[in-house]
Amino acid sequence: MATDSPPAYRLLGGRIPYVEGPLKVSGRAEYTDDIRRPGQLVGKVLRSVWPHARLRAIDTRAARAEPGVFAVLTGEKYPTPFGVLPITHDETALAVDKTRYIGDIVAAVAAVDERTAERALAKIRVDVEPLPEYSDPAAGLVKVEQPIHARGLNGSNIQKEVVQHFGDVDAAFARAAHTVRVRASYAGVTHAFTEPLVTIADATPDGRLTVWSATQVPHYLHRALSEVLGIPMHRIRVIKPEVGGGFGGKSDPLPHEIVCAALSIEAGRPVKMLLDREDVFYTNHGRHPTKNDVRIAADADGRLLAYDIDTVIDGGAWSSFGTVTTYYNGVLAMGPYRVPNFRYRGRRVYTTKPPSGAMRAHGGTNIRYSIEVGLDRLAEEIGVDPFDLRRANALPPDSTTVNEFRITSTSFLRCLTAVRAASDWDRKFRRLPYGEGIGLGCGFYISGSNSPIHFTPKMPQSTVHLKVDMDGGIAAHSMQADIGQGSNTLLAAIVAEVLGVDLDRVHVQGVDTDVSPIDLGSYSSRVTFMMGNAARAAAENLRAQVVHGAAQLLGVPDEAVEVAHERLRLRAEPARGVSFLEALHKAMEPVGALVATGSYQTSPRGGTFKGARAGTAPAYSFSAYVAQTKVDVETGEIAVSKIWAAFDCGRALNRLAVEGQIEGSIHMGLGQLLGESMNYRGARLLNPSLLEYKVLAPQQMPDVEVILVGDDDPEGPFGAKEAGEGPLVAALPAVGNALYDAIGCRFTDLPITPEKVVRALDLRAKEGRPWKGR
Amino acid sequence: MVADAPLRFRLNGVPTAVPCEDARVLLDLLREDLLLTGTKRGCDLGTCGCCTVLLDGRPTLSCLTLGRSVEDREVTTIEGISPPTALSAVQRAFVAHGATQCGFCTPGFVMTATALLHEHPHPSRDEIERAISGNLCRCTGYRKIVEAIQAAADGAV
Repeated sequence: MATDSPPAYRLLGGRIPYVEGPLKVSGRAEYTDDIRRPGQLVGKVLRSVWPHARLRAIDTRAARAEPGVFAVLTGEKYPTPFGVLPITHDETALAVDKTRYIGDIVAAVAAVDERTAERALAKIRVDVEPLPEYSDPAAGLVKVEQPIHARGLNGSNIQKEVVQHFGDVDAAFARAAHTVRVRASYAGVTHAFTEPLVTIADATPDGRLTVWSATQVPHYLHRALSEVLGIPMHRIRVIKPEVGGGFGGKSDPLPHEIVCAALSIEAGRPVKMLLDREDVFYTNHGRHPTKNDVRIAADADGRLLAYDIDTVIDGGAWSSFGTVTTYYNGVLAMGPYRVPNFRYRGRRVYTTKPPSGAMRAHGGTNIRYSIEVGLDRLAEEIGVDPFDLRRANALPPDSTTVNEFRITSTSFLRCLTAVRAASDWDRKFRRLPYGEGIGLGCGFYISGSNSPIHFTPKMPQSTVHLKVDMDGGIAAHSMQADIGQGSNTLLAAIVAEVLGVDLDRVHVQGVDTDVSPIDLGSYSSRVTFMMGNAARAAAENLRAQVVHGAAQLLGVPDEAVEVAHERLRLRAEPARGVSFLEALHKAMEPVGALVATGSYQTSPRGGTFKGARAGTAPAYSFSAYVAQTKVDVETGEIAVSKIWAAFDCGRALNRLAVEGQIEGSIHMGLGQLLGESMNYRGARLLNPSLLEYKVLAPQQMPDVEVILVGDDDPEGPFGAKEAGEGPLVAALPAVGNALYDAIGCRFTDLPITPEKVVRALDLRAKEGRPWKGR
Repeated sequence: MVADAPLRFRLNGVPTAVPCEDARVLLDLLREDLLLTGTKRGCDLGTCGCCTVLLDGRPTLSCLTLGRSVEDREVTTIEGISPPTALSAVQRAFVAHGATQCGFCTPGFVMTATALLHEHPHPSRDEIERAISGNLCRCTGYRKIVEAIQAAADGAV
């Protein structure tokens, strides 16, 4: 692995194994399904088998009469709509009046055991009037007979339409020397986290409700429970145990979480609701099936003049994050290149299918593939190397995009330089034998969103509390949600770094809304940047108190003291000092245990036009990936042999974690590119299992060479930016462009299955377009 | 129906006798009846490998194994893979190499890797990848898992 910046810190910048690793490898880490409450009942739901239907009557009498059944619920009891975005509350915990997709929750029971619950569900009679199925988003763009939601635009199924125009796109195309157009289609994909969705709720006689749930965003779940159940937030306690992966699929407040809580309230007993894998697929909220039409204009020298983008997004039954998705599919085209003119129309359309939502590199993945494939074609048309085309158009540091994104640090040019050398690009591009190819793809992504999804936006995005008593152990509290990305480890390491103490002194406490201060959780790749800054601030506050204790012991002013490893000493005379514990105990004399708090808030940035905040971030990551692939021209099978991944996450604070995020992102990105697909017949999902929905096997995973080249970001904690989601986006076009280099075929219909490869080769042969002499 | 005779088997080296209906699946027996929750339930269909245990030393999907079928046999779960309060070489390697992220698949991988190294103390990369191909990991992209197993085989932890 290449690196330019020497480690300047004791812990940060190194390879820090995850603090909870020993618990995870020994089966001792506690996930929600590992918890069992005394008297716990089993919660189960009845799901709609109709894609779209009016509910005429639900007869639950026989279910209620079943021995061992403690509660039966239908939608009318909790009709308050909710949703992750305050502006699009269009979901209900259980279907009210009608169902909107196969999988919508119609009724729920709590019973002594699973068999009893299933027997009861089987006795519920549902009388429906079928309504038209809308599985094709294109058909929902106009006024329809029975809109899926009343809020659809002008009687259509359009959930959100975004129209933006900066500069003068038509004039730019009129004077362009080169234009390319990419029309691409993307199947929906899902998160496929290994831990199924699961919730335990316990409504107790003191009027409180405690909820344990596999969630990425405990705070939004907390809010949604309060709104729908009508219980003030202070009487609800949300606990996040270990979470077995999320990738965006556990970031919405989900209906089953609210249904589980409602069942517990009805039954007066704790209820566990564990969704089976099929139900997890129906709950979905994965990446949207998308079609985009991208036109790119450039001058004779290959300088980009304009993008003109039209996108239709299949939203499924609910809004979820969809308004954000609609903006992101346009505005996340606006890096890593300078584009002076930009026009975008995006429409997200409700369909009677499982809802789509946020998935890793949300909104930035599909448009990135179309842009990067377009640039590869543009380079070929102009006759320049793809690297040179991108170099000439790179966004400079400290610049502003035409839609008013503030770009601060960028090491994009260094990414390009490093990955070109590492991959031996100049000796390979267009020179590998037929069937073998090399390709370049680049990207950028937000380090968190400047605009929190938050009803009180003046509050900080992240707060961290620290407490240390005489034992010298530091308890760190924050609602930041470790879902496997290593944020607990980063929190501990930042605190230990600032205080100069060993890592094992810092104990990151589990997320519990009764005691953890609010952090908005794990989404939009925000945690390192935002929680990291809050943790640093809290630790600096604590350090000041300990330094004061040391200064008193040493008889010097506070300013004369500095932190060393487990020690505080005189700046001018490092041999003279006291231990951390001595300083701590002195500092505790007047107050007892020390406490400290720190927080981070973004300042509002971006323009004043409608939608200006979408895509604004305190910093952006940048990437340049090269992929080398081999195509079996007989079977159409694609083998990605290697990816060189140059990534600018600012300063990498935990290299082990950053590498893990990059490798995992590549696995997920290549899965979408090469095979993953939510397959439908009409509105019916055909492959709701991990057998039929194929994620890449170990043998399909390429070698990955991670190249970290980031300069310190001026506002990131210790110079860091995100590395959790951005590493995904460049992987897909790098391989897509490598396929073109290998066999001379462009692929714009994802996933690229062997069948499509064979068809493309046949088509190229028919058209008489030889490639590399074949 | 609960059979008259309890199910007898060795669990993590300890002779064990528990009631077990004929239709009871080993995963349920372990997690729900014996409260050994280290073995994870990811799909109940044999598609994810999270519930892998060792049956007479061989990796076995406990969600597809009837409890009654382990009569008089040896079952090892993640709770029995290492000495108390210590980690095995495979476990130490998984920690050191960042081969665990969310950790939900990890017990299954540790079981598979332990069996592999018992049978092939010095596996090639291909052999490792083949051995773990029934275990799904959505976080790591498998590279660090392969590295960790290789390091454990090399005694490098």
